[in-house]
Amino acid sequence: MIGIVDYHLNNLRSVQKAFEKAGAPSFISDDPAQLRTADKLVLPGVGAFGQAMENLHTLGLKDVVLAHAAAGRPLLGICLGMQLLFSRSFELGEYEGLGLLRGEVRRFPGTVKVPHMGWNQIEFTAPSPLLQGVPEDAFVYFVHSYYVVPQDDVTVTRTDYGTRFTSIVRQGNIFGIQFHPEKSQSAGLQLLKNFAGI
Amino acid sequence: MLAKRIIPCLDVKNGRVVKGTNFVGLVDAGDPVEQAKFYDAEGADELIFLDITASSDNRNTILEVVQRTAEEVTIPFTIGGGIRTTDDMRTMLRSGADKVSVNTAAVNDPRLISDGAERFGVQCIVTAIDAKRTAEGMWKVFIHGGRTPTELDAVEWAQRCEELGAGEILLTSMDRDGTKDGYDVELLQRVTGAVRIPVIASGGAGTLEHLYDGFALGHADAVLAASIFHFRQYTIRQAKDFLRTKNILVRT
Repeated sequence: MIGIVDYHLNNLRSVQKAFEKAGAPSFISDDPAQLRTADKLVLPGVGAFGQAMENLHTLGLKDVVLAHAAAGRPLLGICLGMQLLFSRSFELGEYEGLGLLRGEVRRFPGTVKVPHMGWNQIEFTAPSPLLQGVPEDAFVYFVHSYYVVPQDDVTVTRTDYGTRFTSIVRQGNIFGIQFHPEKSQSAGLQLLKNFAGI
Repeated sequence: MLAKRIIPCLDVKNGRVVKGTNFVGLVDAGDPVEQAKFYDAEGADELIFLDITASSDNRNTILEVVQRTAEEVTIPFTIGGGIRTTDDMRTMLRSGADKVSVNTAAVNDPRLISDGAERFGVQCIVTAIDAKRTAEGMWKVFIHGGRTPTELDAVEWAQRCEELGAGEILLTSMDRDGTKDGYDVELLQRVTGAVRIPVIASGGAGTLEHLYDGFALGHADAVLAASIFHFRQYTIRQAKDFLRTKNILVRT
């Protein structure tokens, strides 16, 4: 069963519904005990990095996510959830992330409109089980002002927005998607289906 | 590259879609959720619902529309109209809306934008601006669905909204709304040139050429249209095919 981590920042129904459509049952929970029973975890999210880390901490969910990852079970971060996987973010200050992936989260430069909002394409840069059946250069839905700069070779896809930033990452059992697969029609559903099937 | 967006707008009153000409003379154009599903399947990039029910009596009607849409639709959608507090925003976002749009309440109390951005993130705060030309090269902001003039200059207000934390501006030309004469390109140019957040062009789309003008001349990031799609004058596909032939990048 897939557990969707609810750290009280947003509506998670669309993520759950997308998994439903992909044929993968999931549950939404903020209860550490229940989330520990999940064989896969999804860390979704929109909102501010600092607030998200604080909520994860106070709800006792940070340790659940870290333990899940350490046990080698699949973990998927979506949007802000992907950024949280990294070492630190410079969103409205400087905050430590979960540190599961090495690298940092930076704001888009002033040369492009921020937020990066709308449908943009993903260019495959490394093979990944997540991309099975997803068309190269598929349009997917982004909404974010910050992007990840990984320190290691974890990038699976890149997207061109002023800079060719990392839009999907993978390191072992840790996966991250910068856009919103749950709002990206068939390409997004395929990605979630692939995660569910890992 | 980031694609330009086409956004059908559904004006909703008492749970039904309506579209007015210059904000009067409403015509019933169907059930909002059915239309939302239709546009989703047809390739719309986003949807906007504007609740023009006005009174607070029927707030549950629009909440039900939001909840049903969230269940049925796979593209992002925004809900606007009658949002006065961050708690109103929260209710809409928790019900499944991706973004909320504020207009009158933000003019009355600009902290609504900053508080909302801080609480929910800039990406979900859209500021809707109803602008009317009052002199050559001069547009003022109107509120209460365009009934009440303010002293605010539309371009300056757009800049202020960006500073406050709005993630996007939905810019409606009141002079053009419902006329099918095309967007107010000059207004668009002034606003898109003044802010660094995405701008949605609204008010006046009557042909596919107008959509093109909104992007190519007005430098809009998205175009909003209602009547031309609602009454099947054009399909979203036709609009996208047309824009593609004019070298505007749109989602396939």
